[in-house]
Amino acid sequence: MSWTEHAPILIIAAPLLVSFAIPLLEKIDYRVRNAAAVLSLAFSVWMVLIVLHKIWGSGPVVYVFGAKSAFLPLPSGFKFPVRIMLEIDNMSAFMALSGSIAAMVGVIYSWAFVREEEGGLGKYYSLFLLMAVGMLGMELTGDAFNFFVFLEIASIASFGLIAYRREDPASIEASFKYMIVSTIGAIFVLVAIGFLYGRYDALNMAYIAKHMRIGIVERIAFVLLMVSLAMKAGAVPMHMWVSDAYGRAPAAVTATLVSVSQASLYGLFRVMFSMFGVTMNNHFGGWMLIIFGLLSMFIGVTMAIVQKDIKRLMAYHAISQTGYMLLGVGVGLAVLDNPVALRSYGLAAMTGGIFHIMNHAMYKGLLFLTAGAIFYRLRTFNLNEMGGLARKMKYTTIYFIIGAAAIAGLPPFNGFASKLMIYESVYKFNPLLSVVAMVVSILTLASFVKVFHSAFLGPEISKTRDVREVPKSMVIGMGIMAVICILFGLFPGMVVKYLAGPAAVSLANQTGYISSVIGGGM
Amino acid sequence: MFYDIHYVTIVFLIALGIYAVMFQHNLIKIAIGIDILESGANLLLIVLGYRNGGVAPIFTMAPQGKSMVLPTPQALTLTAIVIGLATTALMLSLIVMLYRHYGTLDTREIRRLRG
Amino acid sequence: MWTYIFTGSGFWNPIWWLASFVIVAIFVYSFFGSEVKAKYSPDKVKPFLSGWDEVNKDAMQVKASNIYWGFTKAMSGYYRFLDRCHTGIINDYVVWFMAVMVITFIAFITA
Repeated sequence: MSWTEHAPILIIAAPLLVSFAIPLLEKIDYRVRNAAAVLSLAFSVWMVLIVLHKIWGSGPVVYVFGAKSAFLPLPSGFKFPVRIMLEIDNMSAFMALSGSIAAMVGVIYSWAFVREEEGGLGKYYSLFLLMAVGMLGMELTGDAFNFFVFLEIASIASFGLIAYRREDPASIEASFKYMIVSTIGAIFVLVAIGFLYGRYDALNMAYIAKHMRIGIVERIAFVLLMVSLAMKAGAVPMHMWVSDAYGRAPAAVTATLVSVSQASLYGLFRVMFSMFGVTMNNHFGGWMLIIFGLLSMFIGVTMAIVQKDIKRLMAYHAISQTGYMLLGVGVGLAVLDNPVALRSYGLAAMTGGIFHIMNHAMYKGLLFLTAGAIFYRLRTFNLNEMGGLARKMKYTTIYFIIGAAAIAGLPPFNGFASKLMIYESVYKFNPLLSVVAMVVSILTLASFVKVFHSAFLGPEISKTRDVREVPKSMVIGMGIMAVICILFGLFPGMVVKYLAGPAAVSLANQTGYISSVIGGGM
Repeated sequence: MFYDIHYVTIVFLIALGIYAVMFQHNLIKIAIGIDILESGANLLLIVLGYRNGGVAPIFTMAPQGKSMVLPTPQALTLTAIVIGLATTALMLSLIVMLYRHYGTLDTREIRRLRG
Repeated sequence: MWTYIFTGSGFWNPIWWLASFVIVAIFVYSFFGSEVKAKYSPDKVKPFLSGWDEVNKDAMQVKASNIYWGFTKAMSGYYRFLDRCHTGIINDYVVWFMAVMVITFIAFITA
């Protein structure tokens, strides 16, 4: 028995401990505080890698709190899953890897980005780590109620962080709007979990999935969970909070907030595939995801193209890119009960959608960070007041080009690999869908050409005369994401083989998910 | 006779909360609406675990010949109440700050972010 | 196998792409790279200004709002519709959310 047996819980515990220790560490020195925050998240990344290695070796990892088994045997011999547990399969580990890297980069970037004189930095780092804890918890848990609790932890921490620049009325407004919509969504998730508990007397997702039979209560719970989580992931037409919240949060927070929304997306996929799966009408669920995906892609990108605020523009692109993930995975869900179609293109579509999740976390994080770098020097988000920044901020410009090329799907960056997978596999399902996806990709390129032209190209204008390159920690933070974008673009085969491919397979395999908790015998 | 009265109450509370958030333009009323919505959800959890004449859930196994109220929903409700408290506190403080910045509580005027 | 992925109906290999990119780049450079470069001098710009003074640098930059003016003009009906949907009022956000939930539910029950 080695300590790595406890790696699953350490992923969550390390940032949680440090987040509450930060007020104490701050008394020593601000450098100790920042270093502790960075190290705790780096430790999480390491633990995720250990867990991932274990999963490659011996299948999904189940970690039960305080006991060996999640089940409590009753005197009658009936076994009942009462204990809280983490269940980590390839999909969860994939999401946790992407999320923990994004959070770590966010903290590294914050070191210089959030200045001491803005005040409240201890609280900023505490909330940042709590947000990361909530996100990782959502991705790792195997318990429906725990999912809700982590969802609320991540949401409440992010409300605070979005309103961090409290002298700016718009950021308070953005935080308030996000809070109202998000709280209602979370309450619906809770009600749905209550319904399922009332039917199955259990909160364990695998147990509920095993005993799932379809009645009116399950249908209501299904719709509540699907729509609420789609809203939290930012699907059109419930996307308005995304552009407000992403546009107004500090850039480092936004880069991580992308991953937090993806944790809700993960929850949506988990509910649709592992909990309901083919028992529920999977054509309906799949087509709902496809419709959400199409609307998100198209409306997101057309709204983005007319924006004048650089971060709001990128926020609309975040909505549009979420559409690709919904489309890819939705096609997989729609053909889930058809093994031939699933093998010939369904799994490829799901792999593309899941691969896109991590790519998006990286390149969109990178783009938000470059927007933050511009804000750091110019103190404005308005594209009309920018120009000629390429002459002044060399690293930021290069990083922006990498991010923009990746999001627009230019080879050989990572966005191209996952988008190509989505186009070519969705084409076999329905050609029209991939046509829309390609048109959206072109519009994405067009709107990033606009940003690049108006912010970075052109002559040096009076506003940008004494702009300098941003401090080192911000350059390093952006650099990590840029390197990942390039590596994933050059070696997509490795990513698909070890990360995205197995994740898609484990998501599609409902019986595998159930039996990893309940065991083959029961 | 009124066997399902608690479910009716839950539906009523949730509908009332949603109505307030959808159609009331005053921020404080929206906050109240969210609180009512939360109470509806909490009541649902409590009702799910209630057994007529059951004892309090303080034993591992129910005592002989008696039924026991389910312990899990009560734990869930406690957690949900705490989360609701945190949300309400944060929401009210945001409303205070919004009022300071905008000088109004009307949602139709607090819309600097749009389009 | 490090770079190859199967995409459902085809494949993608960035190394091949990079290789062909390099080959084309060398090809293009060997044909056009030896072209004589014109030397820049301020006098050469003058014919294009038609005797006017050079405009202020700030005014020369095409502003972000003016890029794609034609596109937004052509699509103005669509954008007016989108603007009506994105009111920025929190009540409307919730109305959209609830409307989607009700529609989904009705569709699901009847499907």
